[in-house]
Amino acid sequence: MTADLFVVEDLTVTLPTGRGPVDVVKNVSFTVGRDDTLGIVGESGSGKSMTALAVLGLLPRGAETSGSIRLEGKELLGRSERELQSIRGNAISMVFQDPLSSLNPYYTVGLQIEEMYRAHRGGSRRDARKVAIEALERVHIPDAGRRIDHYPHQFSGGQRQRIMIAMALCCSPSLLIADEPTTALDVTVQAQILELMAELQSTTGTGMIFITHDLAVISSIAKRVLVMCAGDPVEYGTAEQVFSDPHHDYTRTLLDAVPRIDDEVAS
Amino acid sequence: MTRYVIGRLGGVVVILLAVCLFTYLIFFKLSPDPAVMICGKTCTPERIDSIRDVLGLNQPILTQFWEFLQGIFAGRDYGSVHCSAPCLGYSFQTNESVWSMITARLPVSITVAVGAAVLWLLAGVIGGLISAIKQGTWWDRTAMALALGGVSVPNYVLALVLQFVLVVKLQVLPFPSAPAFADNPLLWFESYIMPWTVLAVGYACLYARLTRANVIDTLQENYFRTARAKGLSRSLVLRRHALRPALTPITTIFGMDFAGLLGGALITETVFGLNGIGKMAADSIAKNDQPVIMAVTLLAAFFVVIGNVVVDLVYTTLDPRVRVTSS
Repeated sequence: MTADLFVVEDLTVTLPTGRGPVDVVKNVSFTVGRDDTLGIVGESGSGKSMTALAVLGLLPRGAETSGSIRLEGKELLGRSERELQSIRGNAISMVFQDPLSSLNPYYTVGLQIEEMYRAHRGGSRRDARKVAIEALERVHIPDAGRRIDHYPHQFSGGQRQRIMIAMALCCSPSLLIADEPTTALDVTVQAQILELMAELQSTTGTGMIFITHDLAVISSIAKRVLVMCAGDPVEYGTAEQVFSDPHHDYTRTLLDAVPRIDDEVAS
Repeated sequence: MTRYVIGRLGGVVVILLAVCLFTYLIFFKLSPDPAVMICGKTCTPERIDSIRDVLGLNQPILTQFWEFLQGIFAGRDYGSVHCSAPCLGYSFQTNESVWSMITARLPVSITVAVGAAVLWLLAGVIGGLISAIKQGTWWDRTAMALALGGVSVPNYVLALVLQFVLVVKLQVLPFPSAPAFADNPLLWFESYIMPWTVLAVGYACLYARLTRANVIDTLQENYFRTARAKGLSRSLVLRRHALRPALTPITTIFGMDFAGLLGGALITETVFGLNGIGKMAADSIAKNDQPVIMAVTLLAAFFVVIGNVVVDLVYTTLDPRVRVTSS
């Protein structure tokens, strides 16, 4: 049963605003299995990131959530902050959009990986350092033993995102949420990162939620797709089905908006 | 890094020389004739001439300035009197060596500055931090309203009110007298606590607002969100990923404020009658005692310029992004 790993049912997120509460995510349901990738697509403000933040309990102050979020059968909604801390980064990890601003400029990348490992697994700094070097090697950072003591600004954009991924995977999470991980990168680096993520997924079996507004990226990595529009889940199905036979107007508009180099070849 | 430090120190020397020259020109050329002032009421033209001669006032201005500089580094002679280095001349009012006046009063100013700095850093940073974490609560609003009020109260008003209430009415503190710490630690503390508080209030309020703003900014940073998403404990997230980035810019401001205070807290020292550099400056200005004014100005400039360099060097160790580009 692959669908058992992660289940979201009827998730609704309400944010307080100056003009009263607004539902930014409405009745979203999906599942992610082991070794499975779900793509969440939608334009800015469609509620993609809010869904991800709701999973980790990192919503802005005052936000309310209802529905159900279950990881391996255990309900995550309504857990205490302390319980959520032990889940974040450990069972569910997250990679963010802009790797430069997502890494703390004041600390070496080594320390930032080590602190996460030690928060969940404990142990000495020495052990954590070893794990961090291995994690950097796994994402193909050359000369990892030396580079571990460098600061984020000393790496290239693609390397920084590799480091974010190394960090996210260092505690072997069962679910990885990647929120626009390739948006801030140029196209060739984007391709390398996608390749890396696919490679790591095939070795670790981690379930993945891949959030993006880029349909080309989704089609290359996701097995199933959830399309969101203004907080509503408008279409949910296998990538093949959603891309070749979209049921909803919005999905069709999204697809039509993509300039396709393979149009003539495909038809 | 070494090259950077040497370059900065070279800059310091240039700035200090420029400050020397400007203060020299302003105080010795644009103010009343020093010879007339020294000569006093029972004066004859011959005496004025001989004083001019002793002070070297008949020579071209650049020669005079050169002798002044020489006095600081190598000592100089005023007629038959030798003034050993570092020579800043003699007070027109008391004939005391200006250098010995400074060394006698500097400890008082340093005590005032250090004590106040400790108070305002503790109160300002802790207050601002709590406000930031409890943003929008009654604590935050009260603290920030108080901070705004505190910044607005002038030093001398606060000083007089405190003295009136604590010394005259309630008689819980003695009148400040700047005793040595070793002689009577309790009296020392009681003497300085009011000047410290008065000086610290304004700064503490300012620092509280700065700290609050910086911490709130940091809490919006993506790396702060990453730290939370990593599952770190709340205290570690705050300590490591909010406090350090938020407080680093404050060290710059602190360095400058503290260096400025070492040159004397003019109003506070005067109001409390503490014999520090600040009071010396006020007295010398009132009596147009040029060598003392000159020395006090140079001293203040010296502290500020050195403080600036120290701040920059400390900053390069605090912020790795600066560290790498500077080496």
